Amino acid sequence: MTILKLAIRNLRGAGIRTWLNAVALSFAFVAIIFGQGMLQGMNKQVEDASTAFEFGGGQYWQNSYDPYDPLTLEDAHAPLPPVLDSLATAGKAAPILVVAGSMYPQGRLKPVLLKGISPVQKVIALPTAALGDTTEELPLLIGSRTAASTGLALGDQVTVQWRDADGAFDARDGRVVEIMHTSVGTVDIGQVWVPFATLQKLAGMEGEATIVTVAKGMRNTPVVEGWNFRTPGYLLSDLRQVVQAKSVGQTVMFSVLFLLAMLAIFDTQVLSVFRRRREIGMLVALGMTRARVIVLFTLEGALHSVLAVMLGTLYAGPLFIYLNRNGFTIPGMDTFGYALGDKLYPAYTAGLILGTTVLVFVVTTFVSWLPTRRIAKLNPTDALAGRGT
Amino acid sequence: MSRGTTVRFLAYLCLSVFICGLFSFATAEAPTGESILNKVDENNYADTRVAVSQMVIHLARNTRTVKAKSWVKGSDKSFTEFLYPPRDAGTKMLKLGDELWTYTPSTDRTIKISGSMLRQSVMGSDLSYEDMMEDHKLIDEYSAAVAGTDTVLGRQCWVLELTAKTPDVSYHSRKIWVDRERYVPLRENRFAKSGKLLKTTEVKSVSQHQGRWVADHVSFKDALKTGEGTEFVLDSIRLNVPIPDYIFSKAALKK
Repeated sequence: MTILKLAIRNLRGAGIRTWLNAVALSFAFVAIIFGQGMLQGMNKQVEDASTAFEFGGGQYWQNSYDPYDPLTLEDAHAPLPPVLDSLATAGKAAPILVVAGSMYPQGRLKPVLLKGISPVQKVIALPTAALGDTTEELPLLIGSRTAASTGLALGDQVTVQWRDADGAFDARDGRVVEIMHTSVGTVDIGQVWVPFATLQKLAGMEGEATIVTVAKGMRNTPVVEGWNFRTPGYLLSDLRQVVQAKSVGQTVMFSVLFLLAMLAIFDTQVLSVFRRRREIGMLVALGMTRARVIVLFTLEGALHSVLAVMLGTLYAGPLFIYLNRNGFTIPGMDTFGYALGDKLYPAYTAGLILGTTVLVFVVTTFVSWLPTRRIAKLNPTDALAGRGT
Repeated sequence: MSRGTTVRFLAYLCLSVFICGLFSFATAEAPTGESILNKVDENNYADTRVAVSQMVIHLARNTRTVKAKSWVKGSDKSFTEFLYPPRDAGTKMLKLGDELWTYTPSTDRTIKISGSMLRQSVMGSDLSYEDMMEDHKLIDEYSAAVAGTDTVLGRQCWVLELTAKTPDVSYHSRKIWVDRERYVPLRENRFAKSGKLLKTTEVKSVSQHQGRWVADHVSFKDALKTGEGTEFVLDSIRLNVPIPDYIFSKAALKK
């Protein structure tokens, strides 16, 4: 306790030097929490939106289907197995038929994926009801990004072309009955949603599907021959890897920032040990063991981190709370390719804050201890005379 | 037989002969769709072809000309090398049956074009890779019916309506205007299953090569797209010349 009191008194005595170190360290502390909070928020947002709009509780893929290989699309359709059909009838699954095609907005060719989905499905959050509430022969549901890139507006007519199951060209005029706003680009960009039964009929693929998305939270998904079940974890793994890759890049940046703050602490400690040789000699002469002197100096250094955490909490705490509640817009965020939405809401978890605090304290303590090892070799007589470092 | 009966008999006989004559004349003048199509294929089809041609692509803001030399054997094998512009020179395309490969010298890579990629435009033109690959005899894929006559390029034409014999033919129906003497299609419309017009072809001039009539200036247009389409101009053509087999190999793409 005496050592703690002594350390606090010494820190106060160091005046502006203590505060400068604490401020520098607090910047690193705040930056780490801010950055990691952004990544965690981004991750959560992307996963929530992708689950709601696309993946649900997982997807059954027809054996030939590979979303990364458009060449597989031609053969990636098969009759809906009875077990999946009954899930769809019970409202626990949404079968989707995918057919490669082209759209001709204002006479310009645009390759698209035609996706047939039941207008009454509730498994994913797409506003498919609009496809059913119409008398149009070929109603089309598109996303706002596709609408912007093609210049299509609600009620516009556009020609859509595709090849049927036999390979023959077919084309019809469709009408845009709904433009949806979703942060999930993979259900928007280059995608045209049409009624499931209509696409099956037009493409000559009656009773067939490419993907079957099951409802979120569904457990005990049956094994279906000819169809591969992809879990939400599998479907989200790419997004997680992207966030992880970003996290690595960010860690490098924070390490540099942290290193600079630690350098300041290290310098202060080296200077302290050098300038306070007489004081060290006196403490040892008065009966304090070298180990206790080392603890005193290390504690002085480590207390910088406590000050930094207090300072950081003071100026960044309200900011974090505000951002967590209101989010913020990054220009061009829509073009990132992730399901981020209009705003990014950072997520500051207790684990993140506590973990960062412990990390800052441990590293600062270690860096503070390093220069104090010299004290162990110091001769008290020389120290009292201001010699021997 | 009375005199009156004899006169009536002769009158009926003359009328019958006249009607039969008319009928046989009409039959000679209006051949069946299949027979016209056979003659079109006969004129169009050669065992081998070596041609140098230009593709004039009318884009939204400018016009691009691409020159190429192609070697064709039957309906299954073809090899094309682009000669101009310098940016595309050396690009090659090989078709073997239903498969197509392209080679670009800048990347030194051979890519197989298949599936939905076949629907993509060739060098920004109105022709897709699929259109370029199409070289089957019309009679093998379509049944034909004569829909009438018309005049195109100042030439008398049969108008034929073609309907696919099997469901796996790319264009479910076509309408072609065939020169009644030369059996060269001078105009063609291709339709989707729904009956929507997809592609149009308009021949602008025809010339004779080794006894066959060949369209040497053709305008292709994707009917669903705006723009002026793509023109195909034939510089030279040699028919039924020997072509070594190595030309139609993937190894030839990198040579």
